[in-house]
Amino acid sequence: MSDPSSAPPVPPPSPAPTPLSAGTAAPYALPGVEPILEVRDLVKVFPIRAGLLQRVVGGVQAVTGISFTVGRGQTVGVVGESGCGKSTMGRLVLRLIPATSGSVSFEGTDVLGMGSKELKAFRHRAQIVFQDPYASLNPRMTVRTIIGEPLTIAGWSKRDIADRVKELMGMVGLNPEHGNRFPHEFSGGQRQRIGIARAVSTEPELLVLDEPVSALDVSIQAGVVNLLEDLQDRLGLSYVFIAHDLSVVRHIADVVAVMYLGKIVEIGPATEVYERASHPYTQALLSAVPVPDPRKERERTRIVLEGDVPSPANPPSGCRFRTRCWKAQDLCAEEEPVLVDRGDGHPVACHFSEVAVVI
Amino acid sequence: MSIDESGSPPSGAYVEVDPTRGSPPKGERRPKTAADFDAADDRNVPVLQVRDLSVEFKTDDGRLLAVQNVSYTLHERETLGIVGESGSGKTVGSMAVLGLLPKTAQVTGEVLFRGRNLLAMSEKERQTIRGRRIAMVFQDALAALNPVFKVGDQIAEAINVHSNVKIATDDERVVDLLNLVGIPNPKDRANQYPHEFSGGMRQRAMIAMSIANDPDVIIADEPTTALDVTIQAQVLEVFERIQDRTKSAILLITHDLGVVAGVTDRIMVMYAGRQVETGTVDDVFYQPSHPYAQGLLASLPRLDRRRDGERLYRIKGQPPSLIFLPPGCAFNPRCPTAEVGRCDVTRPDLVEVSPDHLSACHFAADLYEGTKAATT
Repeated sequence: MSDPSSAPPVPPPSPAPTPLSAGTAAPYALPGVEPILEVRDLVKVFPIRAGLLQRVVGGVQAVTGISFTVGRGQTVGVVGESGCGKSTMGRLVLRLIPATSGSVSFEGTDVLGMGSKELKAFRHRAQIVFQDPYASLNPRMTVRTIIGEPLTIAGWSKRDIADRVKELMGMVGLNPEHGNRFPHEFSGGQRQRIGIARAVSTEPELLVLDEPVSALDVSIQAGVVNLLEDLQDRLGLSYVFIAHDLSVVRHIADVVAVMYLGKIVEIGPATEVYERASHPYTQALLSAVPVPDPRKERERTRIVLEGDVPSPANPPSGCRFRTRCWKAQDLCAEEEPVLVDRGDGHPVACHFSEVAVVI
Repeated sequence: MSIDESGSPPSGAYVEVDPTRGSPPKGERRPKTAADFDAADDRNVPVLQVRDLSVEFKTDDGRLLAVQNVSYTLHERETLGIVGESGSGKTVGSMAVLGLLPKTAQVTGEVLFRGRNLLAMSEKERQTIRGRRIAMVFQDALAALNPVFKVGDQIAEAINVHSNVKIATDDERVVDLLNLVGIPNPKDRANQYPHEFSGGMRQRAMIAMSIANDPDVIIADEPTTALDVTIQAQVLEVFERIQDRTKSAILLITHDLGVVAGVTDRIMVMYAGRQVETGTVDDVFYQPSHPYAQGLLASLPRLDRRRDGERLYRIKGQPPSLIFLPPGCAFNPRCPTAEVGRCDVTRPDLVEVSPDHLSACHFAADLYEGTKAATT
């Protein structure tokens, strides 16, 4: 069971025999849009080791069989609460961490099977922006070096890099004269712009944005969201936008995927998911988000879920949401609901899905 | 600037989801207005009056004006929201109320708790009020709870420090409190340590601790910011429930305008240590009369609206440094209506645009009229 090489860890026996992938139905895609990224049955199990020999005694099922596509020039918003696996998913897609199983295909090429050379080329075309603009920039490097680093790796000449960095800084709304400064001399919003400039430096086609505006104040957040939209229009970028803020995602995303405990429970066009939410979890999540409108707030019906999210090391059998669901019946514990269109207009993983207007 | 508030959602927009397992939907709630307080005489009693509160720190770079001339009144059973971004002085202001700031802070003004000035009291005297009559709930419950003591011990301690009769970890009162804030198996939970609690449970334990002595005022500083939305909904529900029961006044400090819209009666918006707008929650949301409040509301992405392709409104620039505040109105470098020679020279006073609705802007009256025009 223990392989000394870097082979991905074998998924340990799960206490309840829940299938990790919920079938191989074609991943959801917006009709008429050419996909740039296709994710199928992606699984990540982090091994839990214990004892003197550090044997694998269990596994945290962080991402368990998710499938979706990202259309060229489009934004897929991935929402869910802490621990639902959305950040892990983002890292898996870029192969920053190895997947346990499944496939990720970028413009028809299998990302998970790439050799080191191919992977390097892929990294120029697919980039990531991290949440924390304080932790993701090296404090000892100047902004010019930070933004130019991907270009250095790509083998650009020093002069070309200098020109490109200036152009990039202007593009993201920073003063190009400030290239010699260090990250601590910038505010949170400006740092996030530095992170974005670095990510788009190699002219990528796909950006994974992992909570890019969560750490920012409201008045600063709007500027960064607008910048991301401008860049998308100008450079034809495709985004995987990971966030827990459902309002921001509604604003920016074309397609929204709702995750719960490692699985996508509902996916569809943003308007559909927000206005015709069909999975009980989506409904609870949306109804829990406070709206900045006092009259609406007074009239809203709030679905307050009981308890907390179960541990991904020992998820419930069948439907993972059943322990907190008010609709749950025996069937939910026995059979895992597959993510398919059940007549709601978009795929939903619930045996008793039903459209409800909750906002 | 138009803050669209074209009205109430169509009737029947809310499908009754019958939550037999989840808790029932929250009942209809109406913010308390001045009229309510007049009607019920006992409610019109101010519990906490803050007058001209200023907090200043001396730094190597000069004087840092964290809070400047803030005044507000909190009545019994009322919930007042203090809204602002990082560095707007909302936390420092509330710490000053409780006398929790380090000695380096220079606090001036008056904080009257039932007519007695807390700032003029000795520390010993203040201790009889802090934690008992005025309680605090902090943002980071994990940091605020002591990891080496059982949760029950810590709640019992909150009672014991103010009482001659000492109670134990799993005393009935502790269990009752945990039960009140919605912690399942309260008896077992009282004997557990903070690390055995989830984030939402820890925040509930903090709330249990704060209400242990039936305080008149609860100051909650970003109590739900670290929590996921479904857990936030649970915690906000707890606040509502305990307010119904204990009749406490709540001072809710937050940057989340959605939370404020849902749970407060009145709000105060702060910018760069100053109070820029105060009024009932409806006044400020539907007739914002300060450019900063207007900009803040307009820049929010909305869960409840289709975007139709437009970009978010963006307030230009950055919040100022509190050491090098711009002269005149602190918001003037970012303000779309700023007038050279006026806004960058004279600091605007708070003016009343309608009864109990104040704005600190030279153009407050015009802006207020503008929102009226936009509404009709």
